[in-house]
Amino acid sequence: MTSRGVSVAFEKARADGRAALVGYLPAGFPTVAGGIAALRAMVDAGCDVIEVGLPYSDPVMDGPTIQRAAQQALEAGVRIRDVLATVEAVAATGTPTLVMTYWNPVERYGVDRFATDLADVGGAGLITPDITPDARTDWTVAADAHDLDKVYLVAPSSTDERIAMTVKACRGFVYATAVMGVTGARTTTSDLAGPLVARTKAVTDLPVAVGLGVSNGDQAAEVAAFADGVIVGSAFVRTLLDHADDASAGLTALTTLTADLADGVRRGR
Amino acid sequence: MTAQPTPWDADANGWFGDSSGQQWGGRYMPEALVAALDELTVAWQDAMADETFLADFDAILRDYANVPSPLYEAGRLSELVGCRVLLKREDLNHTGAHKVRNVLGQALLTRRMGKTRVIAETGAGQHGVATATAAAYFGLDCTVYMGSVDMKRQALNVVRMRLLGARVVPVDTGSGTLKDAINEAFRDWVASVDHTAYLFGTAAGPHPFPSMVRDFARGIGDEARAQCLDTYGVLPDAVAACVGGGSNAIGLFQAFLGDEGVEIHGFEPGGDGVETGRHAATIHAGADGVLHGARTFVLQDDEGQTIESHSISAGLDYPGVGPQHAHLAASGRATYTPVTDAEAMEALALLSRTEGIIPAIESAHAVAGALEVAKRLAAEKGPDAIMLVNLSGRGDKDMETALEWFGLGTEK
Ligand SMILES: Cc1ncc(COP(=O)(O)O)c(C=O)c1O
Repeated sequence: MTSRGVSVAFEKARADGRAALVGYLPAGFPTVAGGIAALRAMVDAGCDVIEVGLPYSDPVMDGPTIQRAAQQALEAGVRIRDVLATVEAVAATGTPTLVMTYWNPVERYGVDRFATDLADVGGAGLITPDITPDARTDWTVAADAHDLDKVYLVAPSSTDERIAMTVKACRGFVYATAVMGVTGARTTTSDLAGPLVARTKAVTDLPVAVGLGVSNGDQAAEVAAFADGVIVGSAFVRTLLDHADDASAGLTALTTLTADLADGVRRGR
Repeated sequence: MTAQPTPWDADANGWFGDSSGQQWGGRYMPEALVAALDELTVAWQDAMADETFLADFDAILRDYANVPSPLYEAGRLSELVGCRVLLKREDLNHTGAHKVRNVLGQALLTRRMGKTRVIAETGAGQHGVATATAAAYFGLDCTVYMGSVDMKRQALNVVRMRLLGARVVPVDTGSGTLKDAINEAFRDWVASVDHTAYLFGTAAGPHPFPSMVRDFARGIGDEARAQCLDTYGVLPDAVAACVGGGSNAIGLFQAFLGDEGVEIHGFEPGGDGVETGRHAATIHAGADGVLHGARTFVLQDDEGQTIESHSISAGLDYPGVGPQHAHLAASGRATYTPVTDAEAMEALALLSRTEGIIPAIESAHAVAGALEVAKRLAAEKGPDAIMLVNLSGRGDKDMETALEWFGLGTEK
């Protein structure tokens, strides 16, 4: 196990008797430098793990908020080297930093080349929302060669057999999608998440983090009661979109939101 | 009758091609949709082995959709090129295109699976109209996603869908065209799979769609092959179809894959010309990649971002292509050639004037390409050579485009 892997962060949270807070923003949003500043603010205010999104032209798992941010980043010309630079800047804080990416860009870049370059900048691994471990890719080989975390998703619709197959392929943590749906902040948490986490925990010792829909400290506390990690994305993106013409107000709002969520993951137990 | 498996079919996991070489298709999808795709695979395979289902499908096609469509010898066009040109008249099907076969098949399957709602993406609006029609026929709730750019290009079909009782949802994200409508339909489906079927409009996407859509469209080729043998006593020398996602083409080609003497030609949308970069010639100019759940040829940049495609025909304006076509191209069994907007529009005018048939602009691509092949066949084999073209749809929806292209607003 490497020190850059996410397990360290989950272990630390577990030792503190709380869930880990996992924060997401797409790279290059609102700008490359602005995104780095935002992610660092999220680290400072209490995110334990960071996911850097790789903006993609066809994000089938994302709702309107993240789509908009990713499209804005793409229109501004964001490149994979910008994603890697973002990872490097965030990982330098000592916080484990993963890339969340749709599959085709990785493949086009070269799977092993991607793994090499990600490891070089201190990245912890990949979250791959649009592929499953049984889709045919070279990711397992490349990730193992570079000691990178492999995070696949399980869903409320997954059978027990598929959950068992998926967790076996995961390293770092397992991403449980709390709702049947795409990314986006929701006003209520889902009652599908608890049973899914229980079914997942029945077959793995890996931490299980829950994503899709969490937008405030109270929801984070609810999820933290049964999950090892709480993943928040759209709510962070929304906050930056709401302060599009005032970067420093955006960072302040982001810090406030992160603090609220960080408090939530500590209240849950 | 149940179709026999051939070496050109996919394996149980949706992979086309020899396992020792490059393979195409498969299933690259979010875990949340895997259960639904597995359920669909089982239901489709059960249905294809069930004589009652197949008989129901045939009966609906015959009584409701005007299928089998005629195979028509285009006399004046034949004279022009010097050999026989046969048109498979899918333009005469109910709703005006081959697409009705696929949707009636999938809607029948939806009913069999006990789902009450269907969703679809549409580019030209033909698949949307066909889906709305099938939904009306079977009493299913229907939502169609359509790029906002396409809604402008194909306003008439938007009206048709709404008249048929469908909800048409504009999609503004990305390029506002077919690929974005597909993304949006998948997003809907992730949240609605328990009661909703996604009626995919072409022989692309994750397994089982490429094989299932092919099975529902393959009547085109099965009929045409039998009709040709019946009338002429021989197989055609060549068959041709336009290729967007590839449903009408694979529906025609499948029957002829085992006939070694029959040339198979797919015509891709060449837009302004492949060299201009403004085209949708995915096989010709794309690279191996993953789009909408399948490994196939994809128009993409050096970082794997999908490149916006361009074609005068909304129905062909797609940066991916069905994986079985990728396999047929890579293996050399079929030949894929780009046809430009200008060539297609010229063929549209020619067919209109020589035969009194106004084709869809999509189909005009096939006609344009086939006429070139026919001229070669005439030179090589003489006047009895047979060029069989799938006329996948009629041109009513394209009159706005024709008006602009030809400047037909005033008498010259
Ligand atoms: C008349 C017609 N032909 C062809 C196509 C292209 O689709 P496919 O390649 O799946 O046959 C369309 C799509 O809308 C169409 O309307």
